[in-house]
Amino acid sequence: MFRGLLYGACVLVLLLCAAMVYSLVSGSWQAFGQFGFFRFLFSAEWDPTVGKEEYGAWAFVTGTLYTSFLALVLCIPFSLPVALFTGEYFKKTRIAAVIGSIVDLLAGIPSIVYGLWGFYTLCPLMKSWGLSDQGFGVLTSSIVLAIMIIPYASSLSAEFISMVPNELKEGAYSLGATRLEVVRTVVFPVAGSGIFAGYVLALGRALGETMAVTMLIGNTIQIPRSLGDTGNTMASVIANQFGEASGLKLSSLIAIGLLLFIITAVINFLGKLIMKRQRGR
Amino acid sequence: METNTSVKKSRWIKDRVFFAGVCVFSGLTAIPLVLIIWEVLKKGYRQLNWSFFTEEAPNSLEAMLAVNAGDLIPGGVANGLVGSLLMVLMAVVIAVPVGILAGIRLSEHPESRFSGVVRSVAELLQGTPSIVIGLIIYGWVVKPLGSYSGFAGGIALAMLMLPLIIRSTEETLKMLPASLKEAGLALGASYSTVILRVLLPSAFGGLFTGILLAVSRVLGETAPLMLTALGASAIEWNIFEPMSALPLQIWEFYNDPNLAGLIWSTSLFLLLLILALNLLAKRIARKWKV
Repeated sequence: MFRGLLYGACVLVLLLCAAMVYSLVSGSWQAFGQFGFFRFLFSAEWDPTVGKEEYGAWAFVTGTLYTSFLALVLCIPFSLPVALFTGEYFKKTRIAAVIGSIVDLLAGIPSIVYGLWGFYTLCPLMKSWGLSDQGFGVLTSSIVLAIMIIPYASSLSAEFISMVPNELKEGAYSLGATRLEVVRTVVFPVAGSGIFAGYVLALGRALGETMAVTMLIGNTIQIPRSLGDTGNTMASVIANQFGEASGLKLSSLIAIGLLLFIITAVINFLGKLIMKRQRGR
Repeated sequence: METNTSVKKSRWIKDRVFFAGVCVFSGLTAIPLVLIIWEVLKKGYRQLNWSFFTEEAPNSLEAMLAVNAGDLIPGGVANGLVGSLLMVLMAVVIAVPVGILAGIRLSEHPESRFSGVVRSVAELLQGTPSIVIGLIIYGWVVKPLGSYSGFAGGIALAMLMLPLIIRSTEETLKMLPASLKEAGLALGASYSTVILRVLLPSAFGGLFTGILLAVSRVLGETAPLMLTALGASAIEWNIFEPMSALPLQIWEFYNDPNLAGLIWSTSLFLLLLILALNLLAKRIARKWKV
């Protein structure tokens, strides 16, 4: 009886997930039926004029990929030092705990507050530095996204960096290596794939971020051509256009949701796979 | 000999420069946090008064008149506060029992293939962007019931909480010594008694911490609520009506220039709430260490 209850809860989780996938697929059926899967994916048209409606996801897919990868690149110079600081140089000291909780706090700030900060502080700065015409755009969103994913990237990397066996490091020290050389020739090679997995999972976070990006990317339907260009991501277009959507347009938005679901699922799966390999070694 | 020492020196210098770089860039990471908190504090503290918690959001006109007269904007966020409370409560009621039961099963049979599948699916759920969850709950609840509702919002938040609870339950139970369970079984207690009376109470601290952290995580969620609860300008106790929430109110204030003055106090309050939950969770985790 009690075992059945435990089993039932697990089955419920599986059913929920299956139902999620089912309702995403069935909701997007109309859009894929109308345009065809590949035409929908690779078309950058988004025209809600009644009678000649034309929807495609490409502008948003590119917008999502540009902002997320740029955010990933921008976060490396900060998250990697934090990971080394807490996982290697000051491992298990008070100061590492302080830096660790500061970074944790970054993860606790809601997306919408990041968006507000970006809008009221970062946008004027971007404008006055001449990086973007109105302050909005790909670069502005990526900077805020980068700050948002630092905690995820650094905490996972720090975990793997701190797991590097001491004997290996001691071996290198005994040969006269400096700490930098130990980090470069022992820590990075040993913890490398774990660090990589951390960044892959951080990328998965960035892909699905909605509110902050919606407030900062400018919400124009075009493929961004430069860093200062405005655009839209898959998540932001759903948030923006959902309110007035029905029929084919709603179905197209759900189709974008399905694509986003697939992309994040694949990225997260890869990250977890690499991580499990590393842990299992 | 000459070159040898200079090589040595350059290696030493590189090492020191790298170390300094690590420290400086780690420190720089704190800057955005300080800037954000500073801005929210500076612009928001004035508005945090009694009426902020007890009154509903003002309409645009009242706010404009007050701002023009140089006063504080009247009214507050009571509608969002009530909505957030109700929806988070619903999410807890739905997600915690299911999550804990599933987590127990995973920790009881960690190696089985079925557990592996459930674990992967929970991870999939955890990685799903919250806006996609919103879309799905829109299709599941809002469409069939014909109206946006706090109920739909609560379910959306429950979906976001569920994988977090499963994970924290499994991790906590894994840390309990096996002898605890064995002792219970050896005394002749049934399987369910051992789990409900021995394992869960010993794991209480960890489970509670997990729940608090999950609550603090979903408290700031905006996107899924935009698609499910929609928002309301008055206090709403009926869960089958559109309902507001603190993050939804920030979004509404942001979109109405006359109400922009309320953005910061609402954000400040939300940040304080999340911070308090996190600190409480950490304390409990330390005190009840299993």
